[in-house]
Amino acid sequence: MKHDQKYTGQEFKVVGARVERPDGVDKVTGRARYGADANAPGQLVGLVLRSPHAHARIVKIDTSKAEKVAGVKAVLTSADLPDLTNGDAGNYATLVNCMARDRVLYDGHAVAAVAAIDRSSAKKALKLIKVTYEKLPHVTDVDEALKKGAPLVQPTNKQDGKPSNKSGHYEFGHGDVEAGLLEADIVMERSYKTEQTHQGYIEPHACLATVGPDGSGELWVTTQGHFSFRIMCAALLGMDVAKLKVTSSEIGGGFGGKTHVWIEPVALALARKSNRPVKMVMSREEVFKASGPTCATSMDVKIGAKKDGTITAAFIECRYSDGPFPGIWGMLGGMTAWACYDLKNCKAIGVDVLVNRPKVAAYRAPSAPMMAFGVESTIDQLAKELGIDPVEFRLRNVAKEGTRSSYGPVYGPIGIEPTLEAVRDHPHMRAKLRKNQGRGMASGFWFNIGGQTCSDLNVGVDGTVNLTVGTVDVGGARASLSLIAAEELGISYDQVKTNIGDTSSLGHNDTTEGSRGTFSSGMATIFAAREAIEVMKSRAAQMWGIPEDAVEWKDGEARAVGAEHGNLPALSLKEIAAEAGATGGPIAGHHEVTADGSGVSFASHICDVEVDPETGKTTVIRYTVVQDAGKAIHPDYVEGQFQGAAAQGIGWALNEEYVYGEDGCLQNAGFLDYRVPVCSDLPFIDTKILEIPNPNHPYGIRGVGECSIVPPLAAIGNAVSNAVGVRLNHVPMSPPRILKALDDAGA
Amino acid sequence: MTGVHVSTSINGDPVEYVCPADESLLDVLRDRVGLTGVKEGCGTGDCGACSITLDGTLVCACLVLGAEAEGRKITTIEGMANGEKLHPLQRQFIDNAALQCGVCTPGFLIAAKSLLDDNPDPTVEEIRYALAGNLCRCTGYDKIVRAVQAAAKDLRRQKK
Amino acid sequence: MRYESPKTTKEAVTLLSKEKGKTFVLAGGTDLLVKLRMDMIEPDLMIDIKRIPAMNEINKTATGFKIGAAVSGRQLGASKALIKAWPGVVEATNLIGSDQIQGRCTMVGNLCNASPAADSVPAMIAAGAKAVVVGKAKRRTVAVENIVTGPGQTSLAKGEIIEAITLPKRPAKSGDAYLRFIPRTEMDIAVVGVAVSLTCKRGVIDSARVSLGAVAPTPLLVKEAAAAIIGTKLDTEALENLAAACSAACNPIDDKRGTVEYRVRVAGVLAKRAANIAFERAGGKK
Repeated sequence: MKHDQKYTGQEFKVVGARVERPDGVDKVTGRARYGADANAPGQLVGLVLRSPHAHARIVKIDTSKAEKVAGVKAVLTSADLPDLTNGDAGNYATLVNCMARDRVLYDGHAVAAVAAIDRSSAKKALKLIKVTYEKLPHVTDVDEALKKGAPLVQPTNKQDGKPSNKSGHYEFGHGDVEAGLLEADIVMERSYKTEQTHQGYIEPHACLATVGPDGSGELWVTTQGHFSFRIMCAALLGMDVAKLKVTSSEIGGGFGGKTHVWIEPVALALARKSNRPVKMVMSREEVFKASGPTCATSMDVKIGAKKDGTITAAFIECRYSDGPFPGIWGMLGGMTAWACYDLKNCKAIGVDVLVNRPKVAAYRAPSAPMMAFGVESTIDQLAKELGIDPVEFRLRNVAKEGTRSSYGPVYGPIGIEPTLEAVRDHPHMRAKLRKNQGRGMASGFWFNIGGQTCSDLNVGVDGTVNLTVGTVDVGGARASLSLIAAEELGISYDQVKTNIGDTSSLGHNDTTEGSRGTFSSGMATIFAAREAIEVMKSRAAQMWGIPEDAVEWKDGEARAVGAEHGNLPALSLKEIAAEAGATGGPIAGHHEVTADGSGVSFASHICDVEVDPETGKTTVIRYTVVQDAGKAIHPDYVEGQFQGAAAQGIGWALNEEYVYGEDGCLQNAGFLDYRVPVCSDLPFIDTKILEIPNPNHPYGIRGVGECSIVPPLAAIGNAVSNAVGVRLNHVPMSPPRILKALDDAGA
Repeated sequence: MTGVHVSTSINGDPVEYVCPADESLLDVLRDRVGLTGVKEGCGTGDCGACSITLDGTLVCACLVLGAEAEGRKITTIEGMANGEKLHPLQRQFIDNAALQCGVCTPGFLIAAKSLLDDNPDPTVEEIRYALAGNLCRCTGYDKIVRAVQAAAKDLRRQKK
Repeated sequence: MRYESPKTTKEAVTLLSKEKGKTFVLAGGTDLLVKLRMDMIEPDLMIDIKRIPAMNEINKTATGFKIGAAVSGRQLGASKALIKAWPGVVEATNLIGSDQIQGRCTMVGNLCNASPAADSVPAMIAAGAKAVVVGKAKRRTVAVENIVTGPGQTSLAKGEIIEAITLPKRPAKSGDAYLRFIPRTEMDIAVVGVAVSLTCKRGVIDSARVSLGAVAPTPLLVKEAAAAIIGTKLDTEALENLAAACSAACNPIDDKRGTVEYRVRVAGVLAKRAANIAFERAGGKK
C-alpha cells in the first residue's frame, strides 16, 4: 500500500502531550538492564591488551605463557581474525582497529585479548603476553601531520600520487569567492583551532557474546544500532547475518560513539574460540583511549562584506584529524559550514588528515560544531567591526525558503530566520549584565537523516497494542512513538507499548544517529498503524456483513457509513480485536521504508558569561536555546535534547580536550582530567521550541537531537569577547588560554 | 588468594558473601549479590554512577572494598521505592523528564535523597553543589535540579 | 592481597611492622582504592584503620584539637567547634572531591598520599598542625610540613603510621582561609592552592603562616610571604608583596592541569584573596 509522506497540518489529539515514558519506572528503580547488566551461566571475562605506544611495528607476540594461566580459556590475536573483508576498505579499517595486525597506530590500540574464568586470571594472563615492539615516529597534531616529512600513519595513503597523511579533500559552495572578495568593503581573515573531545557517555561499552559450534551467535550489547552491529560483526567473523542475533540493551548514552563496534567482534571471537559466553566491559580509560572521539581541527576563514552587512564572499578551509583511518568528517563539516546563510559566493573545504590517535566516530552533529565556531566567531567580529548588531547582521544574510544552500539543495520552509527573530525578541537579551559579564549569540545547522526503517504494529487480543521498532531508544523516543501510534489509531497513549525488537524480529533498521530515531520510526509507525487500520476496517465489514468501502475509521473505532448501513453501532478497536480469531487471525500492520525528506534543523543560542580577569575562569550565568523542531511530539524530551546538546557544547567550549604528550600518549584518559561540565558548572538552560513543519513528514517532524551542540562554541567565544574584550580562537577556552589572551591584549 | 567472608545488611536484608580482599563493593554488589542498579561509569570515584549509602553516608561503591562492608548497613537504588510505591524523588524524576538514557539516574537519586535527608529545603546552589559528584551527559542537569526541587517540596509537605 | 581490620592502634602498628610484603594503610580509600583499581599498586596487605575507635574522634583539648586519622571530611565539616576555630582547615578538607568523596576522605590520607596538589595540606601547614606518628619506637610529633618529602613520598619510616593531627590552641583575633584554583566549580585537582593563617594584635597582623600547594613537588611553607603581611593591615603594598613572594616561591611544572606561568600568576592572585578572607575572619579591618 502506498503512503503519502506529505505534511498534512492535522490537529493532534495526543501527540504533543507530556506523557510518562514507558521505561521510566525501570530506570528510576535500577531494574533497567544496560550493556553490563546481563550475565550468562559459565561466562568468561574478556580483557584486552593495549599498545602503550603511539606508533610501532609489532615484531612478535608471544602468548604461550598467558595460555597456560589457570582459568584462561582463550587468547586472541589478529592471527585468530583472518581478513575476510574482501577489499572493503571500511570493513578492513574496522578489523584492524578492533585488533592491530602488523602495526599499532595509537596509544591504546588493541593488540591481544584474553577470556578467563574471572578478572584476576584474565589480568594475570594479560601481563604474561609478551609483545615485542619496534617504535616508529608518530604524529598527533593535525597541522604537523600535513607538513613535509611528517611520519606517515598509512604509508599506502596517497595524495597527488605521493604518500601523505591527507586522506580526503571535499569542496562545497557556489559562485566566485575571489570576485566576491573584491566587491567587499571589508575582508576579515581569521584562523582557529579546536581540540579533540569525546562524547563522554556515562556507560562504557559492554557486551555479552555467545557463539555456538554451528556458527550461530548471540550478542547482547549497548549500541545505537544493533542491526548495523550485526552486519559488521558477521562480516568480520565470517558469520551469516541471519544467524547472529543481536539484542540492544538499554543504552547509557551514545551521541554517535556507539554507532561503531570496538570490542564486540573481539568478544564474539573469544566466545567462538573458547566455546563459552564472554562478557566484555571497557574501563573508562579504555573508552577514552580506544573508542571513537571526535576530530581535532585547525581552520582558516575569510569573509568579505559590504558596509551594510551584506556578505559578498565567504570561505573556510577546515582540517580534521581522523585518527589512523580515513573518514568523511571533512565532507560533513564542509556541507554544514555556510548552511545558515544565503550567499552569492561561498566555498567550504573540508580536509581529512590521518594522525596517531584513536579512530574517530560520530559525535552529535559530527564535524559541524568546529566549522560553526570559525564561521560564527568571524561573523561576530565582522558585525562588530561594521557597527551592526550581531543578530541583525545574520538576519541580513539569512537563508530562507527557496535559498540555494551552500551544500547544494534548495531549502523548503526552514527555521533559521524564525530562530534569529526569536533570539532578537527574547527577554534574555534584556537581562542586565554586570562588570566582567558579556553576552554572545550564535547559530547552527544540522541536516538530520532518514534511512532504512521498519516497524511492526500488533493488536493484542484485548485491544492493547504492541509496537515493535528497530531504532534504539537513546533518549525517550518510545514515548513519542507510542504517542504517534495512539494518535493514528485513535486510542489512548497508555494502551500502546513500544519495544525495541532484536535483529531476528524485524528487517533491517539503520542506526539511531543523525537525529533519525523519532523521524524514521515515527514515519514507519504512522504507516504501520494505517495498515493495521485497513485490516481492522476489513474485519469490521466482515463482522457487520457489509462491503469494505462502507467502513471508515475514526477516534479508535470502525464506523459504517452511507444511507444503507450508517445506523449500525460502531465497533471499537477492542471489540474488533476480540473477534480477530474468527475473522481471519491476528491483526497487524507493518511498514518498511527508506525514510527520506528528513527536515533540516536550525538553532540560535544566547549565552551570558562572567570572566574572572585575574584567573581567566569563565562561568556561564545564563543560556537560552531556540531551535526549530518541526513538530514536538513530546515537548519535555525535545527540551531535554536541546539542553543536553547545549551542555556538551559548553563543555567543549570551556574545558574539554584530549591532552597528548610528546610521546604521543593520552594524558587525561579519565573523568578527573577530561573535564565535562558538572551540575554546579551550569545554569538552568532555557529553551524555546519553534515549530516550522517539515513538509516531507506527515506530522512535520524534524530531527532535534543534534543541532544544539553546534552553536555553543561560538556563542561562548562571542560572550567572552564581550565580557573581557579578548577574542579566543582556540577551543577549549580554558582559563590559561583566556588569561594569556588577556595578557597579550594588555601588553 | 583467600576470600574474605562478609556479613552485612543491604536495603534492610541480611546478606552474606565471600569476595577477594581487593574486590570493590561495587563489583560485589553487581556481580555477587546481583544488584545491577548500581552502575560503573568510571571506577575511580569521578562520576557518581555507583553512589550508595554506607551506614547512612553517601559514598561511591567503587571506592569501598567489599571487605569493608562487614557489619555495616548499605542502601542501594533497589531499596529506594517502598514496594510498588515510588519515592517522591523517583516520581518527580519521571514526571520532570529528569532522565534521558537513565544510566546516571540511580546514582543521582541516591545522592539527592542523601541531600534532602540532611537539608530538606536546599537552595538551587546547594542542590547543584551537592550533586556535583554525579555526572550526567544527557540532560545538562536542568530538569534534574527541577525534579529535586519538586521532590523536596513533596517531602516537606508529607512531613507536615 | 590480604585485608585486616585491627581494633587498636597497637594492633595496627604490629601488623605493619611484622609484614614482609607491601603494606598499605586504608583510611577513606579515595586515593588508595583508585590506585588499586588502576593497578598502580599491588598490596600484599591492606590495613583498615577505620575500626579503631580513637582514630574516629575529634577531641577538643586544652592545647587545641586532636583529629583522628580516620575522621572523614564530612565529619570534619559537621564539627561546629572546629569550623569556628579553623574555618580554613575545614574548608580546605571539604573541597576535596564530591559529597561522595567527602563521606570517606581523610586529612591524614590526603597528607600521606603526598600529592603536591593535596587540598588539606597547605591549610594544615598554615595552621601549624602537627602529625602524631606511632610506630615500634616512641610516639612522636612531627610538623605537617615535614611529613611530605616529595610527590608520593613521606618521611614516615617503615612500620609507622599517623594516628592523629593536632591543631594548636587558637588565640583571639585569629583567622585562616584556603583557596584553590580549579577550571570547573568542583571535582578538579587544585591547579594552585593557597592557605593563609594569621593572628592580629591591636588591629595589625602580628603573626602569619602562608602555605602553597600544587606549585612545587611538595606543599610549601613560604616565610617571605608571611613576612610581607606581618605588621600590616593588608594594604595594597602588603598584598602586592605577598603576591610577589608567593609567585617567587613557586617551582611548578607544566602539566595537563596548568602551565608554569599560569600557576605562578594565579598563586599571587589567590594569596591576596585568601589573606583578605583570613584577615576578615580574624576581625581585621582595613
